[in-house]
Amino acid sequence: MSRIGVFVCHCGENIGATVDCAEVAKMAKDFPGVAFSIDYKYMCSDPGQTLIKEAIKEHNLTGVVVAACSPRMHEPTFRKVAAEAGLNPYLCEMANLREHCSWVHYKDKSTTLKAAELVRMLVEKVKLNTPLYPIKVPVTKTALVIGGGIAGIQTALDIANSGHKVIMVEKSPSIGGHMSQLSETFPTLDCSQCILTPRMVEVAQHPNITLYTYAELESLDGFIGNFKATIKLKAKSVDHSVCNGCGECSAKCPIKKIPDEFNAGLGTRPAIYVPFPQAVPNKPVIDRDNCTYFRKNGKCGLCEKICPTKAIDFSQKDEFITVDVGAVVVTTGFDIKGTDFFPEYGYGKYKDIITGLQFERLASASGPTLGEIRRPSDGKIPQNIVFISCAGSRDPAKGIDYCSKICCMYLAKHAMLYKHKVHSGKASVFYMDIRAGGKTYEEFVRRAIEEDEVNYVRGRVSRIYEKDGKLIVKGVDTLLNSYPVEIEADMVVLGTAGIANPESESLAQKLHISYDQYHFFAEAHPKLRPVETNTAGIMLAGACQFPKDIPDSVSQASGAASKVSALFSQNELTRDPLIAFVNKNTCVGCFMCQSVCPYLAIEKEKIKAKDGSVIREVAKINPGLCQGCGTCVALCRSKSIDINGYSHKQVYAEVMSLFNERSLEYV
Amino acid sequence: MHTELNAETLNLNLKHKIKKDTGEDIMLCYQCGKCTAGCPLNDEMDISPNQLLRMLQTEIPDLEEKVLKSSTIWLCLSCETCFSRCPKEVDLPKIMDYLRSESMRQNSVNKKASDIVAFHRSFLSTVKSVGRLYEIGLIAGYKARTFHLLQDVNVAPTMLLNGKLKIKPPLIKNRSEIAKIFDRIKELEEKEK
Repeated sequence: MSRIGVFVCHCGENIGATVDCAEVAKMAKDFPGVAFSIDYKYMCSDPGQTLIKEAIKEHNLTGVVVAACSPRMHEPTFRKVAAEAGLNPYLCEMANLREHCSWVHYKDKSTTLKAAELVRMLVEKVKLNTPLYPIKVPVTKTALVIGGGIAGIQTALDIANSGHKVIMVEKSPSIGGHMSQLSETFPTLDCSQCILTPRMVEVAQHPNITLYTYAELESLDGFIGNFKATIKLKAKSVDHSVCNGCGECSAKCPIKKIPDEFNAGLGTRPAIYVPFPQAVPNKPVIDRDNCTYFRKNGKCGLCEKICPTKAIDFSQKDEFITVDVGAVVVTTGFDIKGTDFFPEYGYGKYKDIITGLQFERLASASGPTLGEIRRPSDGKIPQNIVFISCAGSRDPAKGIDYCSKICCMYLAKHAMLYKHKVHSGKASVFYMDIRAGGKTYEEFVRRAIEEDEVNYVRGRVSRIYEKDGKLIVKGVDTLLNSYPVEIEADMVVLGTAGIANPESESLAQKLHISYDQYHFFAEAHPKLRPVETNTAGIMLAGACQFPKDIPDSVSQASGAASKVSALFSQNELTRDPLIAFVNKNTCVGCFMCQSVCPYLAIEKEKIKAKDGSVIREVAKINPGLCQGCGTCVALCRSKSIDINGYSHKQVYAEVMSLFNERSLEYV
Repeated sequence: MHTELNAETLNLNLKHKIKKDTGEDIMLCYQCGKCTAGCPLNDEMDISPNQLLRMLQTEIPDLEEKVLKSSTIWLCLSCETCFSRCPKEVDLPKIMDYLRSESMRQNSVNKKASDIVAFHRSFLSTVKSVGRLYEIGLIAGYKARTFHLLQDVNVAPTMLLNGKLKIKPPLIKNRSEIAKIFDRIKELEEKEK
């Protein structure tokens, strides 16, 4: 015989102002199986919790219904209370009177009646609850960091410095990411490479970090604490254990006209190359798509002949390694829209309209112009330069509704760098709003305007076209009643929208994590869980979640690293046992469930006869992987799958309880 | 980089002239509009105070000319409400003052402002000759300049009866010193031209 206790919470005014909580408690007393019921102002407060504990002991309750806020908010609180009073925590349930009733209805008698009905449903459910026990799983204390930009570097170093092993995978031949391409960084104007390269070297030398460059994640299986990652090591065609990085091969390579990714296409590189002089590792790889040896069946091979250490190995093949990791941090960064995205700005046909990243390379001392601002078309120093912010961003018609967040700041920096390098030049910035939220950011932008006399014009540029060798930039000054502004520019820099990496969708599918409509990886909660994904054990850091600047990326990276360290501080993980299980006797082995399970938690189990012969195959759920989403339950044709804590019986009882003598009153 | 303040650039734009002569930096203004929102004369002005600053920021000659020809600079009362509230501490009354003299120098005074200019002139000429404010002299000078002969004459008898208008000018000692100040200013202005 069930002895259920009902505890109705006022949640201050939240529930109490709309629902007559005392009346609900009074009605609940008459529900079959209810042994005790009471209302209280704040059930989650200390006296409220004591009230529940004492009632459980005094009335010898076999189940508890707390009618209060959302279980998302306080279910763990009240389950803990139940456990402290000696009741199995999974015999405690919550009726959501706040979000499902008081917040969405006016104060009325029927609101109170609805609250009572919600309590009745949960009472019927709790009667069928069974004690459950948490699942324990071991933890592999190695982290996998995917992406070697500044976010990945920070994450890897933080985890490694807390004493855990880290495996870093970087798809390009060197770590460093976009930050290594930047000239100087806002708001301090310190050189990007100077602050980054020591960290890159630290990653390469750290005893706890294993670095795989020119490698990609092939697949990821398993679950939190127990992932199995397969990593594809792309053939470098150079034996890095022998190579001494002398650079002879790159100097002699006959193929020299390949657009240089590191210089954002403004320079060229050979087919055997190190992306930039400070690269880590500072050893070359062969770009097989462009190498004559690979394209023309063994012709050329010049690098092999001249290599003093005989490190060139054309026969290398892609290698696959499998590693066990306990947590994964995704730090794959972002990309930007190219100039060809803008029909109104010439579809990319004007050479002197460049992206912000290209300007970074022009302004960088290690760039193609050695830091001199020279325009790509004829190498002349532009005397009149225009910067355009919100190029693609905040433009729903182009499919990018969001603000890319970093452009306002880097364009102010660009204009400033330009004025510092070309004193007589004129710099203009077209903007819609100046978004300079951040420590000393506003001051930085004001400095550009007030001290460096950058001409800021509020308005979006409608069109750019070429006339007599000048780029005519047409816009209006919306602060001057739309006074037309036409600038004859020598060069235009577009602060193009930051977008998700093109590979982000396929990576998300490999990792089984979700992504938003713009293909940025989705965090578990926008405010309270910003570094975790919805898949336990996989964290995010940096611009793969959303465009962000270096300080934000680094903070998030350290946040992700501390999440990983917290995970690794335990030897065993406990998980909620609210997962699916299969009734082997009725399972027909259709494996529809296996095809829909988003967590790949369903395996095949062979049922064998005494002589060892297989009688049939049934589904089996891996308790480590199952998240209890219930998709398989809904699909199972023989009703052989059920979920602990949310069984068919329980849900049925909840629904049926609504058909009572009072339900006629509503009709 | 600060643009060099040499003769060439000074001829180019008003913004830098103002910086040099008054020390006020037009570029400090970030167009929040608080000055205009609090200006008691804004409804009467042809260009609102914040717009005026924006126009000067652009360095576009057409817009600078409009500023000098505006009624705004003459309607400004120098009440300093804008300055006391400005988050960037731009001294707008000081700039307005500069623009008024610049407007006179360039013969660009707004037509609607002729009465105001006449009032300023009358006021100064009484001060020059009397040494301080002499109401009847001021009124006579204003009316002679504007031909508004009958304006406000109905209040004159009451004011006379109540002793608010002194028939005799309240002369001060050493009036010649005051006149010298005026002469010196004129001399300086001539030199600048």
